[in-house]
Amino acid sequence: MVPVLLILIPLMAGLATFFFKNEKAVRSWALFSAIITLVISVLGLTLLKEEKYLQHSCEWIQTIGSRFSVKLDGMGQLLCLLNAVAYPLVILATWNSPYKKSNNFFALMLLAQAGIMGVFLATDALLFYFFWELALIPMYFLCSQWGGERRIAVTFKFFIYTFIGSLLMLVGLLYIYSKTADHSFSIESFYSVVLSNKEQSFVFWLIFVAFAIKMPIFPLHTWQPDTYEQAPTATTMILSGVMVKMGVFGLLRWLFPVLPFASFQWGDFITSAALIGVIYASLIAIQQNDLKRLVAYSSIAHIGLMCAAAFSQNESGLQGLILQMFNHGINIIGLWIVVELIERQFGTRKISELGGLAQKAPALAILLVIVALANIALPLTNAFPGEFLMFNGIFSSLTKYYLWFTLMAGMGIILGAVYTLNMIRRVFYGNTNELTVATQDIKWNEKLALGIIVIIIFWLGVYPQCMLNEITGVTEPLLKKFEILRYTAVPK
Amino acid sequence: MNALLLSAILGVVIMFSGILLKSKAAVRNLAIGGIALLLLANILEMCGTVFFRIDTKGMMAFDNFSLLFNSIAFVSTLLYLLLSARDMEKVGVNYAEYFALIFFILCGITLTSSFRSLLILFLGIEIISIPLYILTGSDKRNLKSNEASLKYFLLGSFSTGLMLMGIALIYGAIGSFNTSVIGAFTGTKPSALLIAGMLLLLFSMAFKASVAPFHFWTPDVYDGAPTVFTSFMATIVKAAVFIAFIRLFDESFGFQQKQWQLFIAILTVATLFIGNITAVFQQSVKRMLAYSSIAQAGFMMLSLYAMNTDAKEGLLLYTVAYSFATIGIFAVLIKMKDYTFDGFNGFAKQQPLLAATTTIFLLSLAGIPLTAGFLSKFYMLKAAMATGKNLWLVIFAVLMAAVSIYYYFRVIQAMYFKEGDNQPIEVTPAFKWILVVLAAAVILLGIFPNLLLSWYYF
Repeated sequence: MVPVLLILIPLMAGLATFFFKNEKAVRSWALFSAIITLVISVLGLTLLKEEKYLQHSCEWIQTIGSRFSVKLDGMGQLLCLLNAVAYPLVILATWNSPYKKSNNFFALMLLAQAGIMGVFLATDALLFYFFWELALIPMYFLCSQWGGERRIAVTFKFFIYTFIGSLLMLVGLLYIYSKTADHSFSIESFYSVVLSNKEQSFVFWLIFVAFAIKMPIFPLHTWQPDTYEQAPTATTMILSGVMVKMGVFGLLRWLFPVLPFASFQWGDFITSAALIGVIYASLIAIQQNDLKRLVAYSSIAHIGLMCAAAFSQNESGLQGLILQMFNHGINIIGLWIVVELIERQFGTRKISELGGLAQKAPALAILLVIVALANIALPLTNAFPGEFLMFNGIFSSLTKYYLWFTLMAGMGIILGAVYTLNMIRRVFYGNTNELTVATQDIKWNEKLALGIIVIIIFWLGVYPQCMLNEITGVTEPLLKKFEILRYTAVPK
Repeated sequence: MNALLLSAILGVVIMFSGILLKSKAAVRNLAIGGIALLLLANILEMCGTVFFRIDTKGMMAFDNFSLLFNSIAFVSTLLYLLLSARDMEKVGVNYAEYFALIFFILCGITLTSSFRSLLILFLGIEIISIPLYILTGSDKRNLKSNEASLKYFLLGSFSTGLMLMGIALIYGAIGSFNTSVIGAFTGTKPSALLIAGMLLLLFSMAFKASVAPFHFWTPDVYDGAPTVFTSFMATIVKAAVFIAFIRLFDESFGFQQKQWQLFIAILTVATLFIGNITAVFQQSVKRMLAYSSIAQAGFMMLSLYAMNTDAKEGLLLYTVAYSFATIGIFAVLIKMKDYTFDGFNGFAKQQPLLAATTTIFLLSLAGIPLTAGFLSKFYMLKAAMATGKNLWLVIFAVLMAAVSIYYYFRVIQAMYFKEGDNQPIEVTPAFKWILVVLAAAVILLGIFPNLLLSWYYF
């Protein structure tokens, strides 16, 4: 019941939005739909916790063994919540941003929400693939229609990149399907497939490429900074806050449990690539003069760390990862909101042209500093417990390079602090110039959006237990798969 | 059997209606009514009502597969006529004959979809081809149209000759034209005569289906022919040839699959590669669609390569997905004055509904989920995967599908994201509604393919 509603409400609301005429009505309607989705998502976490509410399954294409089965379970729960929380924040924060043909804009945004929800909920491989692609199509139109100057070429690159990845994933899924005992796409059949080591390696790469492109992992990240820069900021918020989590989530749900041996075997290699990406992206972020590109590279660094934690494959790392997926989403949306406010007011995103905003816009400055500190995982902010667990996971992982990996990840954190604090210093402190002398402080809706984010940051920073309660036991079945490996297979 | 006789009779009736009926609208309505009647008769036969019981001495078999495909062809033709019949009349003065020729082609299609004897196959292919030569050259004052017609005729008759030669060789080896008799041959080693015959048949069918390296006529003929007939040629006729292709190899040469499978795999790779890569470099949408039809043929070849139940089901779905989408795009293209990609600039602003439906058709051709195009490609990949070997073929096919994104999306980009003011085009509300129906069908089949495939097992 709950999972079906979570997909259906944004889908229907989105389709209806195409036919709206009045701009105010469009925004109110989109906000209304987003809030309803949020309420249902919260209900799924609290009141309607019984099994019967949280899953749904019906016949779809019987002849090939695919069912429409969706389930709201531990791993997807927090991500669905993130998706549901993100939308009201984004709509609220961009309330005053002008969009041509806003009905189409918000319709596509809501359709993307439906697609992303489906990815987090599907427990059927074909259905998962359907939603995976469906989330991408509205994004393509959003970025190509409303983005910056180079939007068409940049978005096309993004689309082709991700499309090649998803097609290879489709081949991988089909291969696993052809080996299932009962010729079914259901997640249970996939989990019980036994493939030889050689097959696992092969299929692992087919599927992993799709996730790696989506996250993105170095060296497949080249589409990302350009796309984030050119996309309209509201879309970038969803792309970087919610959509990249699809890749990490895919690892946990569709890759590790199905192909545990290959995931273990290639772990070191991928962790190295991810961590090189962390340092590389952080170094570039330090050099950036464009706010949007800075946040984009910071996002690559954070995702790289998450990927490394995922491949640590122990309880601490995975729990930290799930927690951090949610928190990173919230924090990065906060950063994007600030970027959007600055760009809208001054018409520029160049750090060198800004300065001294804190004197004129104290509220904005305080809220930004809090979000930025959360972004570098200071204690008492929400990112701290997640990153701490992830570090613990990387440090205690089975690989013999654990010390190097931890050191590299630590470097990433330090560099993260450098570029974030540097950005705050140059944009918000120092003297005002002609451009920033007439700065106005933020409006109520922006205060509200950023305020909610700050509340979440502190709440989860001080009391992360409420989230950890939700995800205890989630990683157990996954870890069992690896546990068996440790005693049976010699990783070579 | 219903459709076979009825289509021949209707063809003759419509040919003479040009003399008896004075108004264009009357002939057009007669043709549309005729095709609806044909569809009805075929559906009745699917439900067990046969009007004419003629003993064909085992030369034809109207089974589920052939009847379902006939229905698909008739539905596609009905939609095609509803969308483009007015444009057919603009090609030349002999409009009644164009309709009549379409009916004769449909008669040929019913033969090729249900043959049990190689002679019937030959007859069917010829009955399809000869009207097509005429239709290609129907724009008499246009040199390109004449050139295309001549090219098509010369090359086409050459390949028909090859086919006849192949049939003769097979008759020499086996002593029968009957496909099941040929298929029942389980000798230890097929004779050289049989293999030579099979190869000649393969080549000639590959020519008709524009499979590389026998595709060279396709772009020129598709480009030169009046656009409204290109639409028919590239969709319904091509689908029919593939149905005949798979039927022939399934029934006659199934036992030697090991020997030709790799051969087909190589043809598939060549077709996918040439079709997709060349389409990328086209400047005209019409020519791009010609190459895209070669690329799609490459995907359909996967069903031939796999040759299992999935493949046959999938091919039926593929013919629908491909025909519907391509008919829709061509119907819009015919209305355009400028066939280049730039001609579509700013089209979404001018005709939002047409642009939206065209986008759905293009997404379907590109194989994006939620459209029939995705599921049909999916079935092809699944069938090829089920053979359990040559995984590289599947990977190659998906990479080529990714290439196809490039040229299909160029049209979408032109329509939505580029500015331009092309001359306004005129369409009737009915035209718009039929396009919407067509787009709805593409999406519906993309979610519930069993709406179609359950008929296969009725």
